[in-house]
Amino acid sequence: MRKSRNYLIVGNSVAAIAAIEAIREVDKTVPITVISQEPYRAYSRSLVSHFLEGKVTIEKVFYRKKDFYQRNKVQTILGKRVIAIKPKEKKIVLEDRKRIPYTKLLLTCGSKPILPSVKGIEKKDVFTFTTWDEVKRLAKTIKKAKSAVVIGGGMIGLKAAEGLKSLGLKVTIVEQAFQILPAILDKDGSKIIHRHLKEKGIRLIINDTVLEIRGKGKKVERVILGKSGEVDCDLVVVAIGVTPNLDLVKGTALKAKRGVLVDRFMQTSVKEVYAAGDVVEAYDFLYGRKRPIPVWPLAFQQGRVAGSNMAGKRMEYRGGLILNSIEVFGLPIITAGLSAEEKGYEILTKSDPKKKVYKKIVLRKGQIIGAILVGDIDRAGIIVGLIKDRLDVTNFKDEILEENFGYIYVPKEFRAKMVLPLEVR
Amino acid sequence: MRMSLLAPEFRVIRDEEKCIQCEVCVRQCAFEVHSYDLEEGKVASDDSRCVGCHRCATLCPTQALTIIRYPQEFRRNANWPEQVIKDIFKQSETGGVLLSGMGSDKDYPIYWDHLLLDASQVTNPSIDPLREPMELRTFLGRKPDRLKIETKKGKPRLKTEIAPQLKVEVPILFSAMSYGAISYNVSLALAQAARTMNTFCNTGEGGLHRDLYRFGGNTIVQVASGRFGVHPDYLNAAAAIEIKIGQGAKPGIGGHLPGEKVSQSISETRMIPEGTDALSPAPHHDIYSIEDLSQLIYALKEATCYKKPIMVKIAAVHNSSAIASGMVRAGADIIALDGFRGGTGAAPTRIRDNVGIPIELALAAVDSRLRAEGIRNQASIIAGGGIRNSSDVVKAIALGADAVYIGTAALIAVGCHMCQKCYTGKCNWGIATQDPYLVKRINPDIATERLVNLLRAWSLEIKEMLGGMGINAIESLRGNRLRLRGIDLTETELKLLEVKPAGESL
Amino acid sequence: MKKIYVKEEYCMGCRLCEIHCLVAHSKSKKIIKAYKEEFPRVLPRLIVEEKGPISFALQCRHCEEAPCIEACLTGAMGRDKKSGAVTCDEDRCVGCWMCIMVCPFGVILRDEREKKVATKCDLCPDEDIPVCVAKCPNEALVYEEE
Ligand SMILES: Cc1cc2nc3c(=O)[nH]c(=O)nc-3n(C[C@H](O)[C@H](O)[C@H](O)COP(=O)(O)OP(=O)(O)OC[C@H]3O[C@@H](n4cnc5c(N)ncnc54)[C@H](O)[C@@H]3O)c2cc1C
Repeated sequence: MRKSRNYLIVGNSVAAIAAIEAIREVDKTVPITVISQEPYRAYSRSLVSHFLEGKVTIEKVFYRKKDFYQRNKVQTILGKRVIAIKPKEKKIVLEDRKRIPYTKLLLTCGSKPILPSVKGIEKKDVFTFTTWDEVKRLAKTIKKAKSAVVIGGGMIGLKAAEGLKSLGLKVTIVEQAFQILPAILDKDGSKIIHRHLKEKGIRLIINDTVLEIRGKGKKVERVILGKSGEVDCDLVVVAIGVTPNLDLVKGTALKAKRGVLVDRFMQTSVKEVYAAGDVVEAYDFLYGRKRPIPVWPLAFQQGRVAGSNMAGKRMEYRGGLILNSIEVFGLPIITAGLSAEEKGYEILTKSDPKKKVYKKIVLRKGQIIGAILVGDIDRAGIIVGLIKDRLDVTNFKDEILEENFGYIYVPKEFRAKMVLPLEVR
Repeated sequence: MRMSLLAPEFRVIRDEEKCIQCEVCVRQCAFEVHSYDLEEGKVASDDSRCVGCHRCATLCPTQALTIIRYPQEFRRNANWPEQVIKDIFKQSETGGVLLSGMGSDKDYPIYWDHLLLDASQVTNPSIDPLREPMELRTFLGRKPDRLKIETKKGKPRLKTEIAPQLKVEVPILFSAMSYGAISYNVSLALAQAARTMNTFCNTGEGGLHRDLYRFGGNTIVQVASGRFGVHPDYLNAAAAIEIKIGQGAKPGIGGHLPGEKVSQSISETRMIPEGTDALSPAPHHDIYSIEDLSQLIYALKEATCYKKPIMVKIAAVHNSSAIASGMVRAGADIIALDGFRGGTGAAPTRIRDNVGIPIELALAAVDSRLRAEGIRNQASIIAGGGIRNSSDVVKAIALGADAVYIGTAALIAVGCHMCQKCYTGKCNWGIATQDPYLVKRINPDIATERLVNLLRAWSLEIKEMLGGMGINAIESLRGNRLRLRGIDLTETELKLLEVKPAGESL
Repeated sequence: MKKIYVKEEYCMGCRLCEIHCLVAHSKSKKIIKAYKEEFPRVLPRLIVEEKGPISFALQCRHCEEAPCIEACLTGAMGRDKKSGAVTCDEDRCVGCWMCIMVCPFGVILRDEREKKVATKCDLCPDEDIPVCVAKCPNEALVYEEE
């Protein structure tokens, strides 16, 4: 007799959805249960800023159609936290102490915002910008607020700043580094963004940190900076980065460093337990090592690989790279791979500050390992493709940053393989 | 720059209501007639550059373009008509020989249009080609004077050895057009169509591209005065070898492929250095007599072990019939006659328009002469130079040809619009060019299909005409001048053609 | 599934594919109207690359493992179950350009006429043959099974 099987997925975001779709491609019947502490169907995390600005309706925040779970025969437990996993017993424990057994488990519990240990961080009007609930709470507060401080000039910080600004608030960004987006952008690229932010009415304070958030009682009234005095504000958004959410993993047999460790099949150190998305540290093929890369496309790919392997169809995760696409007040920016690297590599750049265009590629032994595109991002995917394919671009590297760069510049054999597969001549 | 006195030849009319400024015309015209004016945001045209090839008008997605003759009128003058004046302007501006592409466009009589076909009524019934078999197959090559048949074990057997023959399923072959004059893609299409239709294409004097050796069984290779691309493999790859003495469009003149057209591939095929002019001398410098010709014919027969018919091609000139007789006696298995309306990639205009004679007269004369000498069976005749449609084919065969060559008609089938600018190398239709940007305009698959369609269509029409005459095999029509009648011809012309005037009964 | 392929050596760079693609995705679907009356004009959903004598049209390859679907933040990019085509639901798209970042063929375009959205080849769902293929005068584009 066949043992009764059931798959359990903790987390209900992109990695989970991709896993469900992959499982169902292989196995139409195995019972699947999805558990999330958030009381919503899967939604697009990055759309929370659009939602804040009122640019999208509630229905469009959701990542899949309403009948997704029903169509895929997925049972959902939404709005309940998992408080422990028991790999030895093959069970998980819900916040109401209920235990649910599984035959295979997938952890997609994502990342958590990093909170700095500064005085006043616990105040009610201090927000993170990573969940819908948090943004809904923020939306209510904004109605009474006139000004805000965003701590952190990363991607989420910029998104938050844009959202707040568009709702009429005076916004100051405080960034510890000498530039915004320090992890992915270089000095020249960030200069353009700095100017752009200024033009759009954002105050940017770099090379400084918030030491304290002050205000009467629970209220926020101002922040105290290390060097530049203080800034008055009615609310604070903290966006200094995220870190894999290891709450459930700590104290279990699952091996983890900064994130949960997984193999090429997204299986953790414990059999039948898989993990995918922001919670893991997977292979970064440019970096040559495992590390957490908290980006949506990789969470999808990893979820898909995990789901497929759970359902019995072998699939390999070939490794990822950092990819970011962000628009700051209408200025598009795309970065890929080791984009901020400089030393020891060949760097090609092209810039037209007037048009707010800046392009750069980082070459290592003839291969592209990083790229920055500001202002002109059309066909950026070709460059990302060249990074992934590790094509030696030496012969046409000078063309890559040209406006009309395309497949016509790559060697015919490669082009034929990639885009003209019918052509045999 | 000094002013040119030449008025444009064509006017480009752009319907502004229809023009969407998509610039297809700009991209399609190698003569740079159209250009996009950034400031105006509009496409403008320069009439003076237009050659009237209609490429732009054909590709314009909104039919916004019409090309008409430039409406400038000179004062009427029977002695000094427009073309004469323009030629003088041109030569006084350039100091050079006037050049043209394609065959003569002069208003000489076209005898095809003065010949009428017969049809059967009552006494010998006509044949319906859709119901009864109809044979267009013919064999080209030397036929024996008489056949010896022996009987072995009660079975008759042919004892006479038959000289090598070319078997064609339609009596239409593609005439010599060299790789260099036309593009590789057109050469390929001609070869593919020849194979599909069981007939032959002809390399011309440009050699045979390595990739086209696979079509050797349907290819006639030429040996011309420049001997370009001639080597043992080339000769042995072919179905037949044609010695080119002359060409209808430029009798007595050699050829000249300018160095710009001698690309790497052409240089390899022609076996000459890349970028050098390919000059074909006017005569073969080893042929100054019929005896010399015979030596070359037999040298080629030796080289190919007597397995292939050897053809000799001459331009139709005043003494064609005597020359043809000599050619047959020199050992030619097939004679190709090229009339003065035959096409070319480039010819001095004066030569093209003033030298040679019409194919109809030359063909009749040669056929008559060979018959009179009793050697007509010793060689087949292929007539070319001005065959435009299936009725021309039928009339040519009735006049004495075994088969015909078509060149211009084939090029028109693949897109040629007869602008006569072949010699510029800028053929917008991708035919008479080696420019990598332009040659792509011929997709060989499409071109092949068009050529095959043309030959199929003509075959159907030929069968219809044969059937009407109560004839069920093309070979039964050959030289059957009784089925022809002349109309609007002088007595001399009728005599030369050996046809009776329309209205005269048997 | 049937896909569009290009025979590079027969593409003559006329760009009629681009023109007819634009028309097919215009409001009126009539060429003169689409160009002269409908503003802002819709974008053609393919790219013609050109360099010297070489040219070819490139449109969405409708990848089996489509990076654009993986990367799409909103779920706008999806696969049409029936045709297998990768399609962008422009209503749901918010113009985050993740798809542009990951499309290795560079055939997703930014349509910034009104609301910013990504736009791409949809294989002309209302036609038997995509118009770019049907209108290519030299059959340099073909629509064939993989
Ligand atoms: C504002 C914002 C904008 C972003 N923009 C982009 C962008 O433009 N491009 C990009 O590539 N990436 C972006 N990201 C990052 C991207 O959202 C993440 O990489 C992606 O969401 C990771 O997906 P995931 O499935 O791994 O986990 P998450 O999306 O983090 O989801 C984790 C899930 O686990 C559940 N969960 C966690 N712990 C428990 C528990 N104990 N019990 C029950 N459920 C639990 C949560 O409720 C949630 O459903 C953005 C992130 C944010 C916050």
